This record gives sequence, C-alpha cells and structure tokens, in this order.
Amino acid sequence: MAATEIRIASRLPGLLRRAAGLLGSLLAVGGAKAIELPENRAEALYHVYKGGGVTADGPALLVRKSLADKVSLSGSYYVDAVSNASIDVVTTASPFKEKRTSYDLGVDFAHRDSLMSMSVYRSKEPDYTSDAFSLDLSHEFFGNMTTIALGYTRGLDKVFKKNEVSFNDYAKHWQYRLGLTQVLTPSMLASANLEVVSDDGYLGNPYRAARVFGATVPERNPRTRTSRALKFRVIGDLGNRNAARAEYRYFWDTWAIKAHTLEAGYSRYVGSDWLADGFTRFYKQSDALFYSDNATSETTYISRNRQLSAFRSFGIGGKLSYTAKRVPGQYEMKIVGSIERIRFDYKNFTDIRTGQAYMFNANLLQLYVTATY
Amino acid sequence: MNKARVLPTALLACSAALSGCSSFSLPKMPEPWVKPYERERLADPIMKGSADPLSARHREHVLVVREGARGANSAQGGGCGCN
Amino acid sequence: MTLPTLIKTALALLAAALALAAQAAVSPGPGPAPDFTLRALDGRNLRLHEQRGQVVLVNFWATWCGPCKQEMPHLNRLYEKYRSSGFMLLGVNVDEDARNATSTAAKLGVTFPVLLDAEKRVSRLYDLTTMPSTVIIDRDGRVRHLHRGYREGYEQTYDQQVRELLKS
Repeated sequence: MAATEIRIASRLPGLLRRAAGLLGSLLAVGGAKAIELPENRAEALYHVYKGGGVTADGPALLVRKSLADKVSLSGSYYVDAVSNASIDVVTTASPFKEKRTSYDLGVDFAHRDSLMSMSVYRSKEPDYTSDAFSLDLSHEFFGNMTTIALGYTRGLDKVFKKNEVSFNDYAKHWQYRLGLTQVLTPSMLASANLEVVSDDGYLGNPYRAARVFGATVPERNPRTRTSRALKFRVIGDLGNRNAARAEYRYFWDTWAIKAHTLEAGYSRYVGSDWLADGFTRFYKQSDALFYSDNATSETTYISRNRQLSAFRSFGIGGKLSYTAKRVPGQYEMKIVGSIERIRFDYKNFTDIRTGQAYMFNANLLQLYVTATY
Repeated sequence: MNKARVLPTALLACSAALSGCSSFSLPKMPEPWVKPYERERLADPIMKGSADPLSARHREHVLVVREGARGANSAQGGGCGCN
Repeated sequence: MTLPTLIKTALALLAAALALAAQAAVSPGPGPAPDFTLRALDGRNLRLHEQRGQVVLVNFWATWCGPCKQEMPHLNRLYEKYRSSGFMLLGVNVDEDARNATSTAAKLGVTFPVLLDAEKRVSRLYDLTTMPSTVIIDRDGRVRHLHRGYREGYEQTYDQQVRELLKS
C-alpha cells in the first residue's frame, strides 16, 4: 500500500471521533432555527443507453417520505439490462446479455441547521456485487447563505468470473467528500466540491486483455488507486424565468490520469407548465501511466482498458418537462423526457477491426414521472 | 507542536469563547446580505445544482463506467433556506 | 495538510462562523410592534395600528416557501376559530409577482386578509431572519411572541398563545 493510502485508512476511526466531537460543539452554538428535510418524492424512470455496441436499459424507482417532520426515509430500485457487444467483447469474445440490479435505503435527520443522512447501497450482477455505506452531513449557516457538506462512503465489492469458480477477489473503496456552497446574490450561487476516492484490491476486469508486442496478455493493474476531484460550479438566474449554469471539474489520481470536465446548461420556463433545458459537456483525459494500446516493453502493470486511455468526449442534450398537476402546498407531478448524444474520440486506443483510432457515438434517453408531495 | 494541528484547535477555542461573550468587539464581520425574504429566485427549481435524483444517477453511472474520472458530483445548498 | 486535518479545520471554521452570525430580529419587548400600512388582495389598505384592541398574528409568507404553504391551512383554521373573539390574522406576502399570491391564496382557501409586501419594506422593518416568520401581537400593540420557521405542531403553540392573550 502506498503511504497516502495507509495514512487515510488508519486515521479513519480517529477522524470519525474528531468529526463527531466537533459536530457536538457546532450543534451547541447554533440558533433556534431548523433546516428543512428533503421534500417527499416519488419517481419512476425508464432509462436507455445505446452506444459502441452496448445497449443498457431498464426501469428505476424512488420513493421518499418524511415522518413527523423529523426524519425522511428513502428507498430506490434500479435495473440495468445490458446487452453487450462492445468493441472489447466483440474482438475478444462473443456478445452477451446480463442484468444488474441495485437497491438503496436512506435515512435523513434534520437537527437545528444540520442535515444528517445515512444510506446503504447494494448492486448485484452475475459476476460482481457491490455494497456501500454512506454518511453525509450538511450544515447551513451565515443566514442560510453558506452550506458546508461532508460525506463519507465505504464500499466493498466482490469480483467473480463466469466459468472460473476459482476466481474470487475483492475491491474496497473509501470516498471522502467536502462541499461548500455560497449564495452570492439573490440570483446567483457558487459552489466548490472536493472528493477523494481510494481503492484497494482487484481494480481491473477479469475478461479484459492487454496487448504487448502485438500479443494478447491478461491485464495487470495496480491493486491501489487514490484519486482527487475538485469541481467548481456557478448557477445564475438571468431574470424572466431563465437560468444558466456552468461547472468545471479537475481530476487527478495516482495512476497519472488527469481529466478536465466542462459542463454548461441553460433552463427556461415556457408558459406556466413547461420547462425546457439544454446542456452540453466536454471531457478530456490523459492516459494512465501503465496504459498502452500496444506495449513495446515489459512493465509491471499493463492495461488496454480504454477507460484509462487518452480520449475526449463531447455531449449535447435537451430535456423537456411538463407539469401535469400542481396543488400548492400539497403536491406537484411532472412528466419529463431527456435525450443526450455523446461522442467518444479515443487518441490511443485502436479499433483493431479497422486499424483506426476508435470512436463511437452514444445516445441516452430518459423518460420519467416525478411527483413531490 | 505542529502548526497544521494547532490551527483547527485554536479556531475552535476562539469560537467557543465568542459564543459566550457578547460584549467582545470584533473586526467588522459582514451581515448576511441576502435576506430570507429575498430568496425567491434561489428557491426556484431551475436554480438547483442537480437534476432529479434518478435522472442524475443514470447519467452519472453511464459516464463513470466509461471515463477514468470520478467524484465531486454531489450538490448541496442554495434553495429557499426556509425554516 | 492531511485530509483529516483539512476536515477538522473546515468544521472549526464553521463553528467560528456560527458564533459570529447570531442575530436578533424584532423580538418580544415593551415597545410597540412597528406600524405599517399595506394593500390587501381585495384592494383596500390595512394599517397595523388600527387593529389595536385586538390580538393580531402577523404571518410573513411566500408562494416559493414550502413550510409557509404547509402552515396556511392551520392559520386559516386558527383565524376561523378566534376571529369573533377579537383576533385578527394578517398574512404578509413577499412575492415579487402579486398574481402568484392571489392564485395560491385562493387555491389554499385563505379567508384572512393577505397583504402585499413586494418591495419587502415591512419585511425589512421587522428584520425577518427566517421564512416563514410569525409575530403575535397583544391588544396593546406589543410584540409578545416571535416564531421562526414552521414545523408540524407549531399551530398548537399559536393556538395556546393567542387564547392566553385573548383572555387578558
């Protein structure tokens, strides 16, 4: 384990104790006000992704309800039916279908100006299970103009391999989040979010191969990784029922990947019941230290995972929302449709079927009904 | 003592002292300049940092399995600031 | 700085900011509640001092404020219960567009007067620190109770406090 990982992992119990102690003193200092619980919600979604030979679709459900104005309970269910004929699959094996299901349950408490959330998550597919526990705390102060948020997630994955019972490995994850949002004017706010993710264990894919001197070899990934992401966001109301947002994220990790993400969006109310939203996203990353399309030397670690290659992606999309029913103070129901098209352009991952640098277009579709009550 | 360790403890000690000491005169600390009754624009759903929960989850999943970058996607704050 | 120390510093800064941000709005005291005149939804002008002799509850609300809308039906019930005993309830709305106030008040079946404070003059006068804010004023025009925000159950406290002030 690298020095950074050891320091984060072993300091954990002490960190939690200190955070709890500081939290106690914070609550003692606060005033007589109280933060609002997240609003009650019921949502049903049908999602589709189609691109690069992969089709994944399925339903998702979410319900949130508060009890006695003190606690908010939430639960969700998400299914991904995947039909995989991606370039990796098609060039090394044969297309397959499988289903991934995930559930999560959460509890939120409001106390004075703080909101504490706890949740558990489980994702299951035939050869991979993922369990995680999260703790989030957010606090409003300075006349509710400033919000600070802390978050922690601990995850444990179990990795298996079809047709090879002896393959049984794990991957552990730790995520630490820190966020700050500041209201700048009655129509503008800005926020900064930092997230550190640490992984330990099997971080690769048992079906994926790497290429060394033109020959196929099993990939060899490091068993640890620590990444940091810093995102800045600004949202502004442009008057006349319009708003615009922009965000930038810088990502860097111990695998030498550096990534930039730039997103911009514009929302506009049309009439009394319609809301239109347009958005665009630009993403660029550099490759991992041990990534190679076709290695020309022997290295400890080698991977041909295109997720770790140098590539760019550009996305553009739109969303339309219709308020079907609105009873103020009681409930509101919206029907929403969203489409997005993303183009992936790889710099150093070759499509071995054509010999050219690989690229593909992906389409996303979402259709959902959401009600707040 | 390590300077980096003293700072948080010192700040905490100051804040504990200040909370009990109303006659202490401080360097001018700004008053919140956006009043609770001026938050009409901020309370509008189009000023939220994130999309509806399931929609945001789908999009984030699609991107995170295809990209090397991950994280810093949660949003907090803003809104009506009521209660 | 290591991550744990970074988080610890953030929390400590937070505590410091909290200590400094404590502030007081118009609070219960011996002086009279600040007077104001606002136009009601039905067009007539209403002045606070003219309500002297009655117990007055002034509720500051907005259509964009969730807890405000949750509170409305309870305030309506309170008004209907005590209006014939010398109780007056004034709803002061701070929406920029008065039409929103009109339609929301109608949809919620509000019977007490709704006054319009779009310029936020009265909100500033009362130095509100939360939305909603509820001020209970006695027959002599003095502020006796101030409630910040609304949570389930507050309406019972309002009922108790109004009943006590009506007896005196």
